[in-house]
Amino acid sequence: MKINAFGLVVFCCVFQMFLFAQTEGMVFIEGGRYLPLYGRDSTVVEVNNFNMDIYPVTNKEFEQFVAKYPKWQKSKVIKLFSDGSYLSNWKNDLELKDTENPNSPVTYVSWFAAKDYCECQGKRLPTVDEWEYVAMSDEITKDARVKPSYNEQILAWYEAPRSNENLIGESPKNVWGVYDLHGLVWEWTLDFNSVLITGESRKDVDKDSNLFCGSASVNATDLMNYAAFMRYAIRGSLNAKYSMKNLGFRCVQDINEEK
Amino acid sequence: MVLTLASCNSNKSDKVSDELAIYQCPMQCEGEKVYFEPGSCPVCKMDLQAVENQNSKEVEDEGISEESIFNLTSKWHTEEGEEIQLEDLKGKTLVMVMIYTSCKAACPRLVADMRHIESQLPKSNIENLQFVLVSIDPKTDTPERLKAFAIENTMDGKQWTFLQGTESSVQEFANVLAVKYKKISPIDFSHSNIISVFNPKGELIHQQEGLGVDNKETVEAILQLTQE
Repeated sequence: MKINAFGLVVFCCVFQMFLFAQTEGMVFIEGGRYLPLYGRDSTVVEVNNFNMDIYPVTNKEFEQFVAKYPKWQKSKVIKLFSDGSYLSNWKNDLELKDTENPNSPVTYVSWFAAKDYCECQGKRLPTVDEWEYVAMSDEITKDARVKPSYNEQILAWYEAPRSNENLIGESPKNVWGVYDLHGLVWEWTLDFNSVLITGESRKDVDKDSNLFCGSASVNATDLMNYAAFMRYAIRGSLNAKYSMKNLGFRCVQDINEEK
Repeated sequence: MVLTLASCNSNKSDKVSDELAIYQCPMQCEGEKVYFEPGSCPVCKMDLQAVENQNSKEVEDEGISEESIFNLTSKWHTEEGEEIQLEDLKGKTLVMVMIYTSCKAACPRLVADMRHIESQLPKSNIENLQFVLVSIDPKTDTPERLKAFAIENTMDGKQWTFLQGTESSVQEFANVLAVKYKKISPIDFSHSNIISVFNPKGELIHQQEGLGVDNKETVEAILQLTQE
């Protein structure tokens, strides 16, 4: 009983914190435990409370960013932090090409640029676990991964071409109030480089063979994992300076909870 | 957070030198002499040519190129407890690897690979060389612990440097090296086994992947860089 009362007090404090900590354009994500497709040792992982951007970062927002931080402009960005296709859909340092929509998610950005963007807003990139935790929901359920409709929708998107040119916020938001985790672009995560699928390290060879094993991913019971499987495979193949047409990002923010 | 903001504000000074073209006589009649305005050579009368093209993006006077790891401005602690930036390692050929000291499987072999590389180099080359071991477990690997590890593995000479960063700087550094790593338990990490060789300007020259592989190419790359 005492424990319950204590829990309630903590909850109230946390809730109040959350009211204060709420930032514009972000929603509160209540942490929890879940089993990711591909977590640490394939066991349950724990995600703390955090705020997440409602939308992916848009072209327009990135235009404002590079105007303020010239080192991320197309002609000024250094090779250590970018490859040749960085912002290749921009006509110059400050403007998008006319064919691009300001309200489409920004793409052709490297991990370094995405990371710095978030840090300059006092935020950070989400971890793989955080991103997947929020992304496993549909409009009404926090963990919709077992629903055939959830997976069908995501896989239908994976087949749709040029979805990066669509606008943000046009498909329904998920149960947390977050838009476009699926359907527009892939998104950078802070620790994308924690996905080891190359087998360079002897320790991960066994575990990661799961990821390459076709039978495991095509199997009917694992269809729910197929979409996630593709995301992990993409992460495993990325290099932080790559910029790609269908890879954008959004930011999250820690919530300062007194412990 | 303060650090983050500082890094966000320090963006403007880079590369102001874009318009500062340098001109030189194509025949180099006056040797390396350069002009800051277009014109003709006083000796052979040929038009001066802009020469800065390859280097025009160099960051002002420091002479750090775009590809240099010295562009990373994070702060690190050495095993001696000093605070440094990567740029403080400038001027020597760098051989870098990412490890963690509580590692039982791959790291001892990576460390052995590093020592094996060292053993194949003449003393005079080693003087132009710095072996740098960066911890991927900055929480556990304090400077004291790194120092103990150095002594234990007889890697306490001045050609060996051990670095402790922060979670964020280690992640960034790993991404520059394309090293992947993942915490798989409170004391264990799974990670790529990559030894990277940088020239004295901090540009990546060679990477060796895998454990116990033939390091002939790596040694050759180092020899070339340290020969001068």
